[in-house]
Amino acid sequence: MATAPLLTATPSGDTLELRPGGSWTAANAATLERLSNDVAPQLDRAGVVKVDMAEVRELDTLGAWLLEKMSRRAASAGHRADVVGIADNYTGLIEEVRQVNRRTPAAPPARNPIVAKLDDIGRGTIGASEDVTAFLQMLGSLCIAILGVLRRPRSLRLTSLTYQLYRVGWQAIPIVVLITFLIGAIIAQQGIFHFRKFGADSYVVDMVGILVLRELGVLIVAIMVAGRSGSAYTAELGSMKMREEIDALSTMGLDPVEVLMLPRILALIFALPILSFIGSMAALYGGGLVAWFYGGMGPAIFIARLHEAVSVTHFQVGIIKAPFMALVIGIVACSEGLRVKGSAESLGKQTTTSVVKSIFLVIVLDGLFAVFFASIGM
Amino acid sequence: MQEPAEQFAIRVRDLVVGFRRHVVIDHLALDVIRGEILGLVGASGGGKSVLMRTIIGLIPRQGGDIEVMGSPINHDRATRSAAGRWGILFQQGALFSSLTVRQNIQFPLRENLVLSDALMDEIATAKLEMVGLKPEDGDKFPSELSGGMTKRVALARALALDPAIVFLDEPTSGLDPIAAGDFDALIKTLQKTLGLTVFMVTHDLASLNTVCDRVAALADGKIVAIGPMRELLQSEHPWVRAYFHGKRSQMLQPRAS
Repeated sequence: MATAPLLTATPSGDTLELRPGGSWTAANAATLERLSNDVAPQLDRAGVVKVDMAEVRELDTLGAWLLEKMSRRAASAGHRADVVGIADNYTGLIEEVRQVNRRTPAAPPARNPIVAKLDDIGRGTIGASEDVTAFLQMLGSLCIAILGVLRRPRSLRLTSLTYQLYRVGWQAIPIVVLITFLIGAIIAQQGIFHFRKFGADSYVVDMVGILVLRELGVLIVAIMVAGRSGSAYTAELGSMKMREEIDALSTMGLDPVEVLMLPRILALIFALPILSFIGSMAALYGGGLVAWFYGGMGPAIFIARLHEAVSVTHFQVGIIKAPFMALVIGIVACSEGLRVKGSAESLGKQTTTSVVKSIFLVIVLDGLFAVFFASIGM
Repeated sequence: MQEPAEQFAIRVRDLVVGFRRHVVIDHLALDVIRGEILGLVGASGGGKSVLMRTIIGLIPRQGGDIEVMGSPINHDRATRSAAGRWGILFQQGALFSSLTVRQNIQFPLRENLVLSDALMDEIATAKLEMVGLKPEDGDKFPSELSGGMTKRVALARALALDPAIVFLDEPTSGLDPIAAGDFDALIKTLQKTLGLTVFMVTHDLASLNTVCDRVAALADGKIVAIGPMRELLQSEHPWVRAYFHGKRSQMLQPRAS
């Protein structure tokens, strides 16, 4: 059935006779486009264009449109275009194609580049202030939900809370332990390597101890939790939003913040200090192992030095930060989840935003805490 | 008279489809004649969508033969990648949400053909107008469309490569009666102009009545009745009787039956 498409153009005096033949279908699109482009210049010159379609074996929208385009081109140059020999079964299609593409959609008005830039900046600023509002709004509704729970402790979703704790806490332990162990080991190795030059090997223990307990333990764990659980929260809440599940909850008289967000955020607030503690221990263990095998410092000496080098204060400084970081991660994750719109793309975008924003805020928060603890002398 | 193989768009013989031990399609036979609109009815969960998905090669079968436009269908890559063979309108439209309407329609063109951008735009606009939308709608995103528009765009995408067959999965579900009527009329018109074969899964008695040339009833994994609507209304099969003569259907019955 399918045959190669042809287009013969025979100029006779003032008349140009076009004889398309073969299969004018989408399967031969590339050939067809070339054929019709080749003949285009002749169309402008000819006085009368006659299209004889008797030899067209197959025709579809694409072929019909290309033929229609040729006759339109002739018509727009002020010439007559006659189409003859249309097979009965294609009349409807040809008629239909004559109607389309008559009206070019109005082009969007050109914008002044400077105005456009200003517009972008303005929108960006509004967007940033909306971010702050969304954060504060979520914090506020979270506080209201907590007050509600304090008034009626039974309204706390204990099952959900336990399940979330299991997911963000228990299930995160292996990866947290592995990563912090490696970080502790790397810090110790670097410390030993560089401190050895001036014979200060033993101070590696001070460095690892203080660094891990005060800063790195909690920071690394918070970043990992933001990437692991924060993104999951955003994606879950976002897809629930897309499928109107959150609206369904509110119409049943339930507060989505209380039902969905409170258990999730509380779970994070409980889990993060525990994970930070476990992470810090794993990092110290990694540091100790490296000190033993790479630095030749036995475990007994390491522990004794550690005992001298760190105090409970360092540990407190680290662990106090954890719940606040958890709160920031949870609020950002939930409020980004609620901003998901209808499309799959928007879900991906909000999940990315959630992770980037919560990691950024965690680091900013860590900096603020550093200033605070320095000023109170901890 | 044409050759038998030429006459049929879809031939299904002795088809068996099941999930683990649960048999959904049980030795089913079905012929769809070229150029007709066939409506398929059946109980919810009775295997209508399974049958459609098996015919287009999305679900593996346990036995039987399927031929679409003379070529055998298998559950493999080759079948699924023969995109030009058919167009499919999924129930929810299944438009790509990150692409505009125009890009959605151009997607099959872009993937399967070598065309200049200008021509591709013209074809997309042509398809948009053929399904009754405005060229301006091409720049919208799927999330900005109403239910009826989504279905129309999905139909335009299904028709992008001018397939010989289109499969429609509940094309009028979720549309108000006016929009559903318009959509039925559109299917009929396009079927005539493009010479399509339409395989339509539907529960809409009005569309069965107005647009379908023949109606097939699927019950117990078999086609229990097939023919023009008049004949189905006289069918003695208990499920078919219940379907067309139930309380809900009675309101729509023509007095003649």
